Amino acid sequence: MAQLHLKSYRFRAEREEDWRRLETLLAKIGKGSARALSDEELLAMPVLYRQALSSLSVARATSLDQSLVDYLESLSTRAYFFVYGARSSLAERVGGFFAREWPAAAQGLWRETLASFALTLVGVLAAYFLTLHDPDWFGAFVPDGLADGRGPAASAEALRATLYDKGGDRSGLSIFAAFLFTHNSGVAIFAFALGFAFCLPTAMLMAYNGCMLGAFLATFAMRGLAFEAGGWLAIHGVTEISAVILAGAAGLRIGWTLAFPGDLSRPEAMAQAGRQSATLMAGVVVMLFCAGVLEGVGRQVIQNDFARYGVALVTLVLWPAYLYLPRRAKAVP
Amino acid sequence: MIAGRKRKAKAAAAAAAAAAAAAGGAPASEDRQARSLVTPEGVDLKLRLGEAGERATALLIDLAIMVGVLVGFSLLTLLAFLGSKGKGGEVIATIWMLAFFVLRNLYFILFELTPGAATPGKRAMGLRVAARNGGRLTADAIFARNAMREIELYLPMGFLIANNGQVGAWISLAGLVWCGVFLLFPLFNRDRLRVGDLVAGTWVVKTPTRKLVPDLVQSSRPSHGRFAFTQAHLDAYGVKELHVLEDVLRRYETKTIALVAARIRQKIGWKAAPDESDGDFLAAYYAALRGRLESRLLLGKRRKDKHDKG
Repeated sequence: MAQLHLKSYRFRAEREEDWRRLETLLAKIGKGSARALSDEELLAMPVLYRQALSSLSVARATSLDQSLVDYLESLSTRAYFFVYGARSSLAERVGGFFAREWPAAAQGLWRETLASFALTLVGVLAAYFLTLHDPDWFGAFVPDGLADGRGPAASAEALRATLYDKGGDRSGLSIFAAFLFTHNSGVAIFAFALGFAFCLPTAMLMAYNGCMLGAFLATFAMRGLAFEAGGWLAIHGVTEISAVILAGAAGLRIGWTLAFPGDLSRPEAMAQAGRQSATLMAGVVVMLFCAGVLEGVGRQVIQNDFARYGVALVTLVLWPAYLYLPRRAKAVP
Repeated sequence: MIAGRKRKAKAAAAAAAAAAAAAGGAPASEDRQARSLVTPEGVDLKLRLGEAGERATALLIDLAIMVGVLVGFSLLTLLAFLGSKGKGGEVIATIWMLAFFVLRNLYFILFELTPGAATPGKRAMGLRVAARNGGRLTADAIFARNAMREIELYLPMGFLIANNGQVGAWISLAGLVWCGVFLLFPLFNRDRLRVGDLVAGTWVVKTPTRKLVPDLVQSSRPSHGRFAFTQAHLDAYGVKELHVLEDVLRRYETKTIALVAARIRQKIGWKAAPDESDGDFLAAYYAALRGRLESRLLLGKRRKDKHDKG
């Protein structure tokens, strides 16, 4: 019975039990979560994983049983992804995101944020003065569907009516807020993704967004409603426009990195830039949620100009303070 | 006659090798897809990249699930709306809108954040997302790779749906080119990265779950006593042939077994006893050959294939 003395066969017979145990634990995790394991099993995982890895090395060097090597490769790979996978809980991740990652990403992208802001500002100013000079420009900047009767042809009274909610009918606010949030988030993510095409579409989108804003403001300014329109816009606009500018910044970062990767290799630079801007984008979605609530509910409920400006001022202070104020470095354990 | 049989046997062996390659067994045809991932312990796990077809299938499965859930959820909200006689309309509409948002933007993200790092479609195809540098797959990477779906997937889809003759032919053409560039992006790079993978520093790899099958040496043990192979018999083949033989034995298709047994007997000059079965012969030869090659392996000599005389 020479084959009984095959070393690879004895090798397998001695370790098989541990492999099967690891396989059972992995199957358990696959079905539920890591919480499906008891403390004892959780502690056993790394040990079993290292045993499987060492078995794999030995098997590759000494065994010619192809199915055994394949099995160990697959087993080790699955265990590797668990052992070196993300282990922090959802609460820790969310906490870390708000406490550190989001502000850090916003600070890391300050150049792009300035560029994005400048593009928006240029759009606002250009459209504002063009529309003041010749109201026909309004049609060029704002599509009819969005204008909704607020064009230069409308009377001062009609324009004033769009700024205030006179009906007292407060139903449908949550729908409005939800619509604004989902729509704006979609557009912001789109603006971010477009940045991949070497910044150009994102830059155009930022400038165009500014143009629409400028054209609106000009229309109201012509009728002497600049102050009221400012309050109507700023209560949510500070948050929303900041979010859009940040989304643009994130898009500009990936496009710029694609074109000029700097010291790193292009894939590495892209990966780094992509992760940082993605963190910022997650923050943008949070901001747009706040903006949606402010616009959909806050603006309809608050009808006083000064109260609207007050809320706007608070957001204007809070967002930059949260994102850009330097904070104490976390003590390194 | 002999030449004909030889050719047949060769064809069978080739077919077996091809089948083994298709099943992921033989390395030759999959080397292009193999990537090394060295663990901190210093062992190369030899990952295999997901193939374009598998990933497309996974995407289609995911899209089908999303559409199914959307239709089901819409019907449910419609029933709830009718049931509430229109009173709960506002709440229901809000919930529907948020659910649609979650489904469209978070479906991929939430599933890839789970320990399996795979959507149901990927899981069904045996795929998962992994960080390209071998480190942890972080949440921001998952967010980045899926935010890019906006231009890779949703823009072309929206373009196809919305394009009903409102735009000119040139704009349509430009749109098609744009979609094509992003859709086919994975086919034009070595690592099958889509734009999202490039931006996030991830790739999609296979995680086949293999069962531990019984060792052939063990399952065929009882009848081995009667076969006594000499060293000359065992020096006819190398590791590559051993693996093909292993695959043939695992499949155990009677016709192939007979062909391969005849081919080996002829090559090593083995006289078959009258009551000797082809299967027993192959199993015994496999065990003996593996023993021989493994003992040489221990001395540091890996005989690649039958042409390797070292």
